[in-house]
Amino acid sequence: MPRVAPHVEAATVDSVAAFDYAPAPESRDIVRLDAEYGLFVGGEFHPAVSGRTFVTINPATEEPLASVAEAGVEDVDRAVAAARAAYEDGWGRLRGRERAKYLFRIARVIQERARELAVLESLDNGKPIRESRDVDIPLAAAHFFYYAGWADKLEHAGFGPQPRALGVAGQVIPWNFPLLMAAWKLAPALATGNTCVLKPAETTPLSALFLAQICQEVGLPPGTVNILTGAGATGAALVAHPGVDKVAFTGSTEVGKEIRRAVAGTHKRLTLELGGKAANVIFEDAPIDQAVEGIVNGIFFNQGHVCCAGSRLLVQESVADLVLDRLRERLATLRLGDPLDKNTDIGAINSAEQLAKIRGLADAGSEEGAERWSPPCTLPDRGFWFPPTVFTGVSQSHRIAREEIFGPVLSVLTFRTPAEAVAKANNTPYGLSAGVWTEKGSLILWMAQQLEAGVVWANTYNRFDPASPFGGYQESGFGREGGRHGLEGYLDG
Amino acid sequence: MSGPAASARGGTTLATMDQGARTRTARTGRTARTARTTARVTTAPLMVTAPLAGAWTHDVATSDAALRRFLHGLPGVDQVGAEARAAALATRSIKRESKMWALDAAISMIDLTTLEGADTPGKVAAMCAKARHPDPTDPSVPPVAAVCVYPDLVGVAAAQLAGSGVAVASVATAFPSGRASIGVKLADVRDALEAGAQEIDMVIDRGAFLGGRYGQVYEEVRAVREAAGPALLKVILETGELATYDNVQRAAWLAMLAGADFVKTSTGKVTPASTRPVALVLLTAVRDFMQAGGPRVGVKMAGGIRTAKEAISYLVIANETAGAEWLTPSALRLGASTLLNDLLMQRTKQRTGVYSGRDYFTID
Repeated sequence: MPRVAPHVEAATVDSVAAFDYAPAPESRDIVRLDAEYGLFVGGEFHPAVSGRTFVTINPATEEPLASVAEAGVEDVDRAVAAARAAYEDGWGRLRGRERAKYLFRIARVIQERARELAVLESLDNGKPIRESRDVDIPLAAAHFFYYAGWADKLEHAGFGPQPRALGVAGQVIPWNFPLLMAAWKLAPALATGNTCVLKPAETTPLSALFLAQICQEVGLPPGTVNILTGAGATGAALVAHPGVDKVAFTGSTEVGKEIRRAVAGTHKRLTLELGGKAANVIFEDAPIDQAVEGIVNGIFFNQGHVCCAGSRLLVQESVADLVLDRLRERLATLRLGDPLDKNTDIGAINSAEQLAKIRGLADAGSEEGAERWSPPCTLPDRGFWFPPTVFTGVSQSHRIAREEIFGPVLSVLTFRTPAEAVAKANNTPYGLSAGVWTEKGSLILWMAQQLEAGVVWANTYNRFDPASPFGGYQESGFGREGGRHGLEGYLDG
Repeated sequence: MSGPAASARGGTTLATMDQGARTRTARTGRTARTARTTARVTTAPLMVTAPLAGAWTHDVATSDAALRRFLHGLPGVDQVGAEARAAALATRSIKRESKMWALDAAISMIDLTTLEGADTPGKVAAMCAKARHPDPTDPSVPPVAAVCVYPDLVGVAAAQLAGSGVAVASVATAFPSGRASIGVKLADVRDALEAGAQEIDMVIDRGAFLGGRYGQVYEEVRAVREAAGPALLKVILETGELATYDNVQRAAWLAMLAGADFVKTSTGKVTPASTRPVALVLLTAVRDFMQAGGPRVGVKMAGGIRTAKEAISYLVIANETAGAEWLTPSALRLGASTLLNDLLMQRTKQRTGVYSGRDYFTID
């Protein structure tokens, strides 16, 4: 029987429902959006030569945010020419310590405008403000800080006694981490003395354009960074342009293959960071509650729009029921809704197209006989939404165990022994990342040796640091971004 | 929470931990899920065979070796992961009616505490007045849960609080170090009870725990449990001295197995006292204990909680770890003194829209 003074129960027990958290929206007034945005070429904003534009929308509400210029072949010519001129007569001639000053300034302005950029990113991408505020923007600043530090020490990086820049880098980035991916591309390229033409994704062009404004604000020499907004055709024109010396792409494996074909037989250097179908491996001696957090963080972070997402959960059979029970309880506490609400855990899917793709693959999972589960969940009426979804009873032959879904959909498989875990984890054409959960250190080290993945996380997942290289095996691409290794793709040793 | 209302507000909890299934039936003290949950705790073999808390807890505690096997068979706690989760929960933003509710709830969960060598009957009497009416100008402020004092001042507090509904809690068992023989500790408990204490805050023997003498710790808690009779028993783990989260988890299970009504973080005399990750580990342990067929054990966070914001972050951790059914003074307590005035100040701010100066709240 409860041993407690009676008044205390009566006072509060009926009110428990009141603690479901009132709305706590971050104000969007901090972001001032123009009606139209041009292309950033040669340090100035210009409309596209063709005059064509497209509209970027807020995926959580489908409301239009701004009209953005769509770059065509002539615009690519101009941007590459501006970058070439800056390389030959400006940025390319600066000493490393001078380049570093600009990178430090960019990093600091990103920090100063962090709240604004976080709100902007959540508006254009649909990701929760908690993530844009605590992950995307701080990491973007951290990348500029990190590579600023390398700019005057390149001869000590291990890529030859006097490594030289390559020239003009054409960079194409995806919509899942718009500003962060721009930082991953620009920071090492600029630190090593290259100039850049960057194409952000068509559904998330705005934060790159704000970064262009920051480049103006810090007085970066015109033409050093050029931003071309547009869709696939713009990216294809940039990649194929003969004035580009280096191509760096992050995105789907399908487009990555096209790019590789396009640059074959040219002088262009190439790095690709493509898809993934990562295994998150839970052993029976894992710290179960933290492993459940790691599963959630692995697949539901950024609505699963993460190339290194832990989309295949491999759990040892002896603890499978326990882990899945805890996981279901935990998923029931996830809060889905307005990305600008500070308490939102799951935001909007980035586009109608992506939503259709996720739905298609999830339906295939049900048809192939896997058991589908989502927590009880009310989806908003407008915008693009998909509930957190777990498939159990998945086998290696199911499409949901093989194809990248790029959404909040987890496929659960079981294993009996470490060797079986390794065999299943590696049984994928991808190889970007993997997670291992066990309290046994020797097993972690053994697994890290066996797993064919560019990144192996131990007792954590989706943890990023500018000092740590990131990249894949096989169809997940090649080359590394981040860390000392990230310099190599932009240097001629 | 209804669908339209939820979507109109933009954000919604997907479900509140399927509360119905986990609500304990008053008569049996067991969860509706017991059969399933007990069977699946495969990492703790001793628990599999016996569905009732009473039976399996007895099996586990037959010897030091059995206790060790059980406690070291619990899934580990990863320090980095636990701290990251606690930090993430601390970023929840609690506004408007939720904040108002949380402030009142936090006030009603306070064990208003004075544990100083310099304590006098006058000091205790003043604190009791504050406990009954935290804000004399506003009768809508709920009273606190209890007043917590040393045993020799229990009589003073009991006289002041008679009929108020505010409980008298006393620290006992050679608080704060626990370095005395079991006879002295039990005498300490009886002394407090005879003077009118309704709640006993005992300390465990951390030396015995760290020395691996789990049986000794278990037996001491059992003995105090028996001596305390109907009084509410809170077992202070002094997590700052246990050092690791694995130890915190083991000590919490040890206390629960021995019959604690509450597990409590700290004496307030050791730094660090209550921290969010420790609260997370304790709230996870009490949830697991209940899922394994045990009763709902409460958690008391004590020491170092000074601001309303911190207090609310503990409520959030409880809400999203153990579940909403822990958001009551019978399952959650905050051992504090200066915290109360900050809660009152924030409450006045919520109500009137302006902050008042410190001098508008009484210092007792």
